[in-house]
Amino acid sequence: MTAVADEFAVRTEDLGKVYGELPAVVGLDLSVPRGTTFGFLGPNGAGKTTTISMLCTLLRPTVGRAFVAGHDVVAEPHSVRERIGLVFQETTLDLDLTAEEGLRFHAELFGIPWRVSRPKVAALLELVDLTGSKDRPVREFSGGMRRRLEIARGLLTTPQVLFLDEPTTGLDPQTRTVIWEHLHELREQHGITLFLTTHHLEEAEHCDRIAIMDGGQVEVEGSPAELKAEVGHDTVVLRTGDDAAAVRVIAERFGLDAVSGPDGVRLRVADGAAFVPAFCAEAGVPVLSATVVPPSLDDVFLHHTGRTIRAERSGPLTVNDVGRRR
Amino acid sequence: MSAVEATAPEAVTGRPGAVAAPYDGGGRARGPGGVRRELRAVRVLWHREMVRLLRTKVQIVMGLVTPVMFLLVMGTGLESMGAVAGDAFAQFRGYLFPGVLVMATQAPALAVGLSVVMDRQTGMLRQAMVAPVRRVSLLLGLSLGGATCGAVYGALVLAISGAVGIAYHPLLLVALLEVAVIALLFTAGGMLAAVTIQRIQTFQVLMGLALMPLMFLSGAMFSPTGLPRWLGIVVHLNPLTYAVDAVRRTLPGELDMGGYAGSPQIVGWTPPVAVEVCFVAVLAVGMLVVAARRFSRRG
Repeated sequence: MTAVADEFAVRTEDLGKVYGELPAVVGLDLSVPRGTTFGFLGPNGAGKTTTISMLCTLLRPTVGRAFVAGHDVVAEPHSVRERIGLVFQETTLDLDLTAEEGLRFHAELFGIPWRVSRPKVAALLELVDLTGSKDRPVREFSGGMRRRLEIARGLLTTPQVLFLDEPTTGLDPQTRTVIWEHLHELREQHGITLFLTTHHLEEAEHCDRIAIMDGGQVEVEGSPAELKAEVGHDTVVLRTGDDAAAVRVIAERFGLDAVSGPDGVRLRVADGAAFVPAFCAEAGVPVLSATVVPPSLDDVFLHHTGRTIRAERSGPLTVNDVGRRR
Repeated sequence: MSAVEATAPEAVTGRPGAVAAPYDGGGRARGPGGVRRELRAVRVLWHREMVRLLRTKVQIVMGLVTPVMFLLVMGTGLESMGAVAGDAFAQFRGYLFPGVLVMATQAPALAVGLSVVMDRQTGMLRQAMVAPVRRVSLLLGLSLGGATCGAVYGALVLAISGAVGIAYHPLLLVALLEVAVIALLFTAGGMLAAVTIQRIQTFQVLMGLALMPLMFLSGAMFSPTGLPRWLGIVVHLNPLTYAVDAVRRTLPGELDMGGYAGSPQIVGWTPPVAVEVCFVAVLAVGMLVVAARRFSRRG
């Protein structure tokens, strides 16, 4: 393979997939440098899983080319498979086997005999904190334990790229945090590339770069900070002694539209941190509190697709969604 | 956005909707290590079936209930009619035994097919399909596992042969080998259906619909000798007829109800046991080959 391909863990050229008449993924051009975390953000049905399936050699692309760890996914699927780990959206564990057996068989399928994989299995079980449960059938595991076991399995073959399709869907906030701690640790210690899909905005914050996908196409790509800076407007919430007067002052002195609501006066401004002291100097009414909220990825998503990602979601909001929303 | 320039048009494999070409990556020479790896994959999947078999002891007992019911309840019941209906039913349990033996192997063998339908969508097979091995190896491992499970069930039924008056004789071991081949036939049939059918309900309905008449028209329950001509033709086309007949002729003792129930004849020729077993084996392998092709092509 060429040197260009080798710099990147994942590289696609005009990659596309059509199901019958229905285009699921269109003209995907991606370059994910090695050792980074890349997130695919989008609502259900955006084409995220289709993309991952093509990159993991499970689905044959209709058009275009894709290279994973320097190998062509169509021409050299085995070379790709040897270099990737995969954690599916839905659980693909063998429920009848114990955790250790499942890992052992998985390693053997990848050509690693048990005497070689045994220490690695032990280390991975330790890493995901399942050593104490290694001899229990997976059927008895909780959702979080199963997910951790799947991540361990994804790492068993020492992948260069670990694909995670919705890695923390359906998990409680604590488990989600724990899994992300594991993932960060992995990346730092082993330098592997993480490629994940998510419709959780909080999860996208963990990524070095994200691509927002909608309707089979990438709308925008960049680091979370870049994307948010592009949207550009902070939200400022003020609690004052006289909200009506505050709204008037903001309109007259700053030329901005503010709305008075039950939680105070709310407005959007380019630089919230600079606006607050300026307003306090000019206000003429007592300012009780001021909150500046930087743009969220939800705002980014709204900006690029014209709707919020939450409106598209099928699942109910979790405590985490609400609690961590900024 | 760090897009790479689009590839030349001729590199584009634009065939909307078509997934015709095999997307297995198999068939490519990958050196001697490749063969060893494929064999290891076969063994892993076989081993997995064995672990599952040993872990589901309740299921083994359940799987044996039906054959034993047939043998001891129906067989004994019909035999007792011999007192009024004449000698015809006198050795019915012995006659029924080979068929029951074959019947016992079908449940575990088909369970493997069922697990393929389920696992391919959401289970371990979906993960295994990303392993750098050919799909035919996966299928072979699963099939051998299913056939072994069927043979184990068969061995358990053979163990009670004394209860129907069949002597414990070394020939039982030969019969066990035949049973293993028959179990492979069931597994191969289940596999072929499994890789063709997407919905689990369809699979179950089809298996139920297919197996009942196949068993009835195999000479397992009643002799094909006295059947009307049209039914006789169906019996002679049924591979299970030869399977059951091979086992019946191998087992020690006279199990043909005093010569009433003969072997199937093809235009006056009675195929030897070895030919019958070979026929079953060839059919099983043929179905596995077709199943493997279909399985590799999915993508």
